[in-house]
Order: sequence, then structure tokens, then C-alpha cells
Amino acid sequence: MAAAFKTVEPLEYYRRFLKENCRPDGRELGEFRTTTVNIGSITTADGSALVKLGNTTVICGVKAELAAPAVDSANKGYIVPNVELPSLCAERFRSGPPGEEAQAASQFIADVIENSQMIVKEDLCIANGKLAWVLYCDIICLDYDGNLLDASVFALLAALKNVHLPLVTINEETGLSEVNLKQKNPLIIRKHPVATSFAIFDDTLLIVDPTAEEEDLATGTVTIVTDEEGRLCSVHKPGGSPLTGAKLQDCITRAITRHKEVKKLIDKVIKSITPK
Amino acid sequence: MAVELEAAGGQCRLRPFSCELGLLSRPDGSATFLQGDTSVLAGLYGPAEAKISKELPDRAALEVLLRPKVGLPGVLERSREQLLRQTCEAVILGVLHPRTAISLVLQVLSDAGSLLSCCLNAACMALLDAGLPLAALFCGVTCALQPDGTILLDPTARQEQEARAILTFAIASSERKVLMATTKGSCSVEEMQQCLAAAQRAADTIFQFYRDSVRRRYSKS
Repeated sequence: MAAAFKTVEPLEYYRRFLKENCRPDGRELGEFRTTTVNIGSITTADGSALVKLGNTTVICGVKAELAAPAVDSANKGYIVPNVELPSLCAERFRSGPPGEEAQAASQFIADVIENSQMIVKEDLCIANGKLAWVLYCDIICLDYDGNLLDASVFALLAALKNVHLPLVTINEETGLSEVNLKQKNPLIIRKHPVATSFAIFDDTLLIVDPTAEEEDLATGTVTIVTDEEGRLCSVHKPGGSPLTGAKLQDCITRAITRHKEVKKLIDKVIKSITPK
Repeated sequence: MAVELEAAGGQCRLRPFSCELGLLSRPDGSATFLQGDTSVLAGLYGPAEAKISKELPDRAALEVLLRPKVGLPGVLERSREQLLRQTCEAVILGVLHPRTAISLVLQVLSDAGSLLSCCLNAACMALLDAGLPLAALFCGVTCALQPDGTILLDPTARQEQEARAILTFAIASSERKVLMATTKGSCSVEEMQQCLAAAQRAADTIFQFYRDSVRRRYSKS
């Protein structure tokens, strides 16, 4: 009976739950789904992390390669993020060239890396003007159940914390690079950005961590990325219902609280895999 | 016809605006918007018949294409198209035209800073020129946070490069609420709120400019 009502009038079905200040899966309006993270599962990658936010599963693999730096920024390396939404993760994504959502997500991740300065490109330089690291960060969604951006940013952060780069020196005589695979150093991560996404309902209600169904019914979304100092790395509100400045401030406050929870989780996982 | 307006409000000064409506003959609505040296041409087709694969049963389907001045559209253009599309979808009363398609095409003519807000303004003017039913108007405002903490509205390309954060807001005409927000660089929460307040004040000037442009257009013809 409830299932029939849900099919015929999904929005009304949802409003019945919202009136009681809860959601169909039993969560409160400000509650996140269970977050689990698994680090280092891809052995062929230099760093990897698998993040599950409820059913949304995102895996990030980081590969480091060597390249010559660009002429106008001779002391900077490269970070190339790419978000892929294969047709495996949801039936609305068809195989073929990346759609708008994947491209917009890739641009968002690139902006987060740039805005938060989590990795300073100068740290990736090995020899000025000759050799630098390129970090290819591939974020692939395996199961899409809403809140892609939060899971992607988290997976990227966890994977980068897992990256160990071998020491590279340039031989003075031959001018060739020598890679010492025995000696590996972790990447210097300066900031830890965490994304928190909200869905806007009926122009007034804000719901944290929307599932795919909730995203379809929502009238807008907001994503706030904060770092550990409480600074805003990104306020991403791509259209949707208009919000007052006060409501935006509520989102930011919730995002700062979420940052502490996620940071604790990452620290716990990193500590558990560090060899003693 | 072109309308010129220069606005100054304390230290938040906008560059001279100029706008021309209805300059293209084929699209249902067209507008060109100039902010200082930045200019964008917008053309709107719609509501027109939609392809069966793209039509939505209860509302109009909006598509936005942003063409850069040089080169092919890349990931950055796609991401901006998504921002523009969802902003327009929030104001267009699409339920009045179900199973139709509305196409908005924007061509960047010159980029001298504040490009995204110029695109937003051109899009809104094109929507007005086409006579589409709208729930509210919107305008784009870019704020640059300089290294010493001062807020600069409508920055030039040079000012954008020197700034430590650039925030672009789309402000709706009803109660000056935030329709779209996007940031580049990091800032503190207080700074963001100050930029938002400055953008909302500047929005008043821009909405007055919209009124004057449309009044001029329809009073002469």
C-alpha cells in the first residue's frame, strides 16, 4: 500500500516523512549515512582509497608519473583529477564520452584541490625546469546512491594520504633520472578539505547527505567544503531554490561539525595501516 | 538599443554596464551584455518542440551551451553550463510549457574578468527579451577578496589574478536570495558573508538597470 503511494506520488510520500522530521531510511534531517573507508586496496596504484557513504561507493586511485614541468611554471608539478561515472553505477549513465555530471564533478574536484591548497604543486617538483611529478587521481563511482561529491572528496583525500612517492634524483653525469624504489616518502598534505552536501526541499528545508531518490525530488543542492581551520574552500550552489544568507550560514556550521567527524575517521584509518 | 549605467557604492564600484536587446533576428530572444571590457552574447530559442528522448512530461527541458572565445568547449565550460542551467531552471516557470525545449546559447565575445557574472546577466536579459514566464529575475555579481582583505566588486582580469579568493553569486530579485554561489580560492566564513552582503547591495543597481533597459526598448518601438 505504501509502495503504491510511493510510486504514484513520490513527493507527497516524502513530505509525510519530512513533517515528522525524519526520512524514509530512518535518518534525521541532519544525520549522515554510515561512512566507511578502506585504504590501500589497489596494490598497483601508488595510493588508493574506497569510500562507502551508505550505498554510494566511490574508489579513488592515484598514479604518479614523471614529466617535464610546463615552461611558464618550471617549479610546479601537476595534479590531474578525473571523475568517472560508468554505466555500472546507475542506469541513467550511458557508456560513451563523459556526460555533464561527470565533467562538472571533475571540475569541482580540481577546484577543491586548487582552492584548499591541499597539495602545493611546488612540492611535486623534483628538479626545476627538468623533472616533476604528475599525480593522476582517478575517482570512479561504483554505486551511485546520491551525494557523489562528498564521497569523491573524501576518497581523494584518503587516497592522497596513502600515496608514497619514491625518491628521485638526477644523476649529475648522465643527466638521467634515477628512481629509488626502496626509499619511499609520503606525500605532504597541507590541508584536509571535507565536503558536506545538502539538498533543498520545497525551497525551505535543508537535508544533509541526500540519497539518489532524495536528489531527484529536491529543488536544489548546496555543497560546502571546509578545511581544518574552519575556512571555506568552496561554496558550490549550482542554481536551484534561492536561499537566504542565514540558511547558507546554517549549512556552513553543519559542514564545520562534519569536518571534525571525518577528520577523526581518516586519522584512525591512517594510524591503523601505518606499520609500527 | 544600448543603455549605459555606472554605479558607485562606497568602495564597491561596478564597471560601466551596457546592454543591447533583440539584436539577432533568428532566436526568439537575444541580448548582449557588457561589463567594462567583458562581453557575452546570449541567444534563446524556445519554447520549441523537443526531441522525444529529451522531453520531460511535466515541464520544459532547458539546455545551455557556452562557447568560449577561442578553442573548443572543455570541462570548465561544461561545469559553467551546469551552473547556468540550474540557475535558469530555478526561475523559469517550466511547468507552463511541458514537453518543450528551451535552448540558451552563450558566446563569449571578450573576457576581461567577471565572465561568469556577465554570462548570468546576459542569460537573464535574453530570457526577458524572449518573453519567457519567470518567477523572478536574477543577476550575477563577482566579488574579489584582495590579499589585504578589502572586497572588490566586478573585478578586472588583473584584479582576479591578484585576489586570494573570487566569489560569484547569482542573486534573485525576490528578497535578494542566493540562487547560485561558486567560489575560487579559500576565505573565512565572515569574509564570505561580507561578500554576499556586498553582492546583494550591488544587485539593486543591476536590477534597476534591467528595468531601464527594458523600458527603453519598449518605449521606442
